Amino acid sequence: MSHRETDEHSGVETTGHEWDGIRELDNPLPRWWLYIFYGCIVIAAIYWVLMPSWPGVNSYAKGVLHQSDRVEVAKQLAELQHLRGAEGAMLRTASLETIEKDPKLQAYALAVGQSVFGDNCATCHGVGGTGAKGYANLRDDVWLWGGSLEDIQRTIQVGIRSDNPHARQSQMPAFGRDQILRPAQVDDLTEFVVALSRRPANVAAIKRAAPVFIEQCSACHGPQGKGDIKQGAPDLTDADWLYGPERADIRNQIWNGQGGVMPTWEARFSPETIKALAVYIHANAGGQ
Amino acid sequence: MTVVIDRTKPTPPPPGEGSGPISAAAKARAKGFTLGLYKPRTPIYPKLVHGQWRRIKWILLIVMLTIYYVTPWIRWERPGALPDQAVLVDFAGGRFYFFWIQLWPQEVYFITGLLVISALALFLVTAMFGRLWCGYACPQTVWTDLFIYVERAFEGDRNARMKLDADPWSFNKAWRKIGKHAVWLGIGFGTGGAWIFYFHDAPTLIRHFWIGQAPATAYIFCALLTVTTYAFAGFMREQVCTYLCPWPRIQGAMLDEHSLQVTYRRDRGETRGPHKKGATWEGRGDCIDCNACVVVCPAGIDIRDGSQLECINCGLCIDACDEIMEKVGRPKGLIAYDTDAAVAARVARQTPIYRLLRPRTAYYAVALTLVSALMIWGMTHRSALDVHVLRDRNPMFVRLHDGAIRDGYTLKIANRGFYPKDVAIAFTGPPGARLRTPGAATDGEALRVRVEPNEVRAVRVFVTVPAAAIDAPNMPAAFALRADGDAMTVKTNFLSGAANAR
Repeated sequence: MSHRETDEHSGVETTGHEWDGIRELDNPLPRWWLYIFYGCIVIAAIYWVLMPSWPGVNSYAKGVLHQSDRVEVAKQLAELQHLRGAEGAMLRTASLETIEKDPKLQAYALAVGQSVFGDNCATCHGVGGTGAKGYANLRDDVWLWGGSLEDIQRTIQVGIRSDNPHARQSQMPAFGRDQILRPAQVDDLTEFVVALSRRPANVAAIKRAAPVFIEQCSACHGPQGKGDIKQGAPDLTDADWLYGPERADIRNQIWNGQGGVMPTWEARFSPETIKALAVYIHANAGGQ
Repeated sequence: MTVVIDRTKPTPPPPGEGSGPISAAAKARAKGFTLGLYKPRTPIYPKLVHGQWRRIKWILLIVMLTIYYVTPWIRWERPGALPDQAVLVDFAGGRFYFFWIQLWPQEVYFITGLLVISALALFLVTAMFGRLWCGYACPQTVWTDLFIYVERAFEGDRNARMKLDADPWSFNKAWRKIGKHAVWLGIGFGTGGAWIFYFHDAPTLIRHFWIGQAPATAYIFCALLTVTTYAFAGFMREQVCTYLCPWPRIQGAMLDEHSLQVTYRRDRGETRGPHKKGATWEGRGDCIDCNACVVVCPAGIDIRDGSQLECINCGLCIDACDEIMEKVGRPKGLIAYDTDAAVAARVARQTPIYRLLRPRTAYYAVALTLVSALMIWGMTHRSALDVHVLRDRNPMFVRLHDGAIRDGYTLKIANRGFYPKDVAIAFTGPPGARLRTPGAATDGEALRVRVEPNEVRAVRVFVTVPAAAIDAPNMPAAFALRADGDAMTVKTNFLSGAANAR
């Protein structure tokens, strides 16, 4: 410590600290500040006693109040479950049709479904459920694996091409990549598929592709190209294209035979949640 | 500085003349503001008075308090699970019940209208008859009257109270003071206790209140009103009117020289002065300067100073003066409900003219009639059905496999009635539109849904329009709803994205 000195202007002792010729005066702290400071010390001491504050080796001092945020959260969750009791229980036992028909249950299921959809499904299918290229649009009337309440519930449960043993399975062959068909045949088939959805196409190519379609495609997509819900084979005659409507998109699909994966949700959601989600998706698709 | 209208006041006596101010307010005024930041309150000890206006005040006090305490206990049968309390502000359920009327939060404009009507009625009454509200109906006046009644019961009338306050502490003083404050607190508690019944089912709340099961707000507001009643009516009294309440300041704009007010008829009273029994009344006024009007005044003013901001027009000085006039054998009505114009006319030896119909009162009356008519029309034409249409925004429309376009809407249908409603929903817009709601067996041109009473039901409605009928990206449309007697049409749009689809 340096020697004590007194500031000549104010007559106050300095602390002896100096920065660039500026010396710090040793003025007393304001009273109000000091009282708040003492008050804080007192409150801290009380807090130590009342609240958990001292860490131990394996545990910690619980405090007189035994306050625990973990317990509080558990209590609030239990309360929430209790509040949801009636509707939650109904959701467990009621059939999907009953849930959708009953205004109260429907409103409850829609609310649950909306929140679950936003957190889990919207990543791929979009917040509005309209999907994207390669991700199914859940708002229209085209359903590869069926659009009934039960079909939707099942799809959510097991997923598509997921690791669930009961997953909905189907795999379109990669006709071009795996050299099942020659590139020219793939080109012809593309024209044929374009024609199926009543769009102008090369007539000669259609003629050439007709036998190939019967041989290679009709087993799944049907002889008229109407598709088959049991196998998840899309209808090729409508205006809905999962991997795009353009010639290039269609050719790419015949060549590569893409098939997206939808995860199984059985392990992550309770049966009630899946039910609510099914009702939500079904309702937003117009409820057909 | 506090005089509102000062036409009747004669020129003030030159300083040094007379015995100085005699009313508490004038004394306080004379002291000025030099003593500190706030003007000290000069205690007022209003003397008990008997007479016509005092009787009216007692009757009104009983009527007002009865209305206040009894109203929450009136039962009114309503169907189903709806509360059976005639007047109930149900914050938890978001409803206001008033006998046969049930208001929803979004109809708060009816409350606004009621407040506007109240304000206009107050303006009109004030312009015609002066501060009737202040003198007779204001809760501050009613409760202060009640508190002074209690004070008198414990401590005696004016002189006894003044003596008691001046005396040193004694057992006698202590029990009287403690008793008074205990009863005051009791009344305060009763006031707060009655208040909370307007917000919950009264019979349930009174049980829950005593066993600690009532909502926290009930205890908080009960305590709040206990304290404010105790403080306002026990201690602050006329200070609430003079300093807290905006109304005395505002009413200066309503009053004019033709408004009826408690008035000292100085044309008759002056020159005032003591009068010996048997002496002549010639050459002098009727006022014998007995101060009876001053000692009874709850606002602590001297009405002979003219109409003043502090005066609540309660009429107690009229009763006090009439009593004296009777004793000295002069006609009653030296202080009376009168107008400044009449007094001025009599001073000028003209016949006073009373004009109730003036531009001011006419404006207020017309405004009051208009707003009342609007309110009555609104109440009688109020539909029990209320519909809001919310368009789906994501997606705005969906193309179906056959090229048809489907738009999704959420219809929020409120049934503000007491009975279930079967609502028929129809859609007008592009031809061939089909409606469907989830859970319905089929789609169709119209839907039918049931909305339970006192509920809002959100109905998802999907409207599908065939590709052939779509000729614009945005087509005007409307939902028409009908339910026994109530009908409503809500405009909306049918979006198809036709422009970018083709």
